[in-house]
Amino acid sequence: MTQQPDFLLDGLYGDLVMDHYRNPRNLRLLSDADVEAEEFNPFCGDRARLQLALDEHCHVIDVSAVAEGCSIIQAATSMLSALLQGKSLDEVSALGERFRGAMKNGAGADETDLGDLLALQVVRKYPVRIKCALLPLTALEEGIKAYRSNDK
Amino acid sequence: MTAGNRATASTLNLEKIRSDFPILSQTVNGQSLVYLDNGATSQKPQSVIDAIVDYYTTTNSNVHRGVHTLSQRATDSYEGARTKIQRFINASDDKEIIFTRNTTEGINLVAYSYGRKNIGPGDDIIVSNMEHHSNIVPWQMLCEENGANLLVVPIDDTGSLVMDEYQKMLTPRTKLVSITHVSNALGTIQNAKQIVRMAHDIGSPVLLDGAQAVPHMPVDMQDLDCDFYVFSGHKLFGPTGIGVLYGKAEYLEAMPPFLGGGEMIKSVTFEKTIYNDLPYKFEGGTPDIAGAVGLGAAIDYVTNLGFDQITAHEEELLRYGTELLSCIDGVTIVGTAAHKAGILSFVMDKAHPHDIGTILDEQGIAIRTGHHCAQPVMHRFQIPATARASFAFYNNKEDIDALVKGIDRVIEVFS
Repeated sequence: MTQQPDFLLDGLYGDLVMDHYRNPRNLRLLSDADVEAEEFNPFCGDRARLQLALDEHCHVIDVSAVAEGCSIIQAATSMLSALLQGKSLDEVSALGERFRGAMKNGAGADETDLGDLLALQVVRKYPVRIKCALLPLTALEEGIKAYRSNDK
Repeated sequence: MTAGNRATASTLNLEKIRSDFPILSQTVNGQSLVYLDNGATSQKPQSVIDAIVDYYTTTNSNVHRGVHTLSQRATDSYEGARTKIQRFINASDDKEIIFTRNTTEGINLVAYSYGRKNIGPGDDIIVSNMEHHSNIVPWQMLCEENGANLLVVPIDDTGSLVMDEYQKMLTPRTKLVSITHVSNALGTIQNAKQIVRMAHDIGSPVLLDGAQAVPHMPVDMQDLDCDFYVFSGHKLFGPTGIGVLYGKAEYLEAMPPFLGGGEMIKSVTFEKTIYNDLPYKFEGGTPDIAGAVGLGAAIDYVTNLGFDQITAHEEELLRYGTELLSCIDGVTIVGTAAHKAGILSFVMDKAHPHDIGTILDEQGIAIRTGHHCAQPVMHRFQIPATARASFAFYNNKEDIDALVKGIDRVIEVFS
């Protein structure tokens, strides 16, 4: 007899989300970050913090990710951080834009480079939780904007 | 608990009551709706829905200014609702009942009208650490504008007001005490009579925020002796958009109007405008007539059930829910005052309130998660948010059993 799918454990709280929630990647703080990104949602106390260290060509050479709050924000922060190593800031921004698009309209079949973030598309079924999934991205976008305006 | 305090067992006919609330019979996410978000807003009995439909079907007209039949009928309905409210809270006169949009507007009315006239630089306004933002922000805005100080009475680990500290704050500088009657985040029922008496001893008036009190217990303006009392219709099984400010006539008479416009004037020339009498002085513009009528019907419904029965039933639900939730490993109840209304706020070791809320919703259970517009309470208990189940008289033990089962599911997902 095949087991019935479990709506929650096979859906919102699937293995990938719970794995990132329980074993967050890049969980530490950098002492010499170039990009500092932090965003806070006062309605629920959620907080996402990402730090990037860059080489002289503005490529990411180190990443940190720390999140507080629900499982979705913690998983999203971890998942996003895991994709950044080696990318240029422009590539990071482009990836972020496509993640935002995927959370709005769903990802295309060719967007495999969104990696584990693709698993967050299930959050689209829970509209009030989408902002949890996007909080680390919003932080990152603001952090990069601030870095670029300081760098000029 | 002494025998004298013990409530008599409720004999409410819950099956009949639940059938009076059409929304409760629906399914959500394939499960029977378990509505435990009454602290945010309550559901409406058919009699309230019918009263609003009937008003618009047979009576709709503008109040007070028409000589035609419908206008008279609308005025009678609107003023009839005011009288029902006066009796419901035992105010001495129906002119002490001002219709507002909600609790927030009532507090703002007092802050703008009473506050700006009577509170100045160096004066103190006292609130507590368990206020809803709507009983904090209007006073902060006033303090910023006129240099008054906002003092905050602390609460202890159970979520009760520290009365000694309150006593110390009361001085001749105190110009207003504005405190919640029942905490929306913790469920604490305050010793309102004592709060009022202590403030009156030093000559300060008191506003009580009754938004979370009126759905659960009888409130009596003569007994409480507060100077202002505010609440919302929608938490009292009435429609949204209608609320009540009670004020002692001596205060309301002396206060300047809040919103200028029609209805609130006796005569207008460009040289001089004479304001209308109470309560119309504070009701500029066409009011929410249908809302008032609906609130009147809600008060009829509640009065018909009787608060003896309602309070006894809700105390039993709270006792049952507290007992069951206390037994679950990893669940901590936030707010454990000796006297509580039907509110169970809790946190879980392994799951954030957002996740609790989503998993319960999958099972058709509606609770609220977040800071409940009471961030200072969250800071006090050093938590970002809670999950809050809040009861009304139509809830039953099956609803609480469903909540417990739902929490078991949260534990399963996050184990």
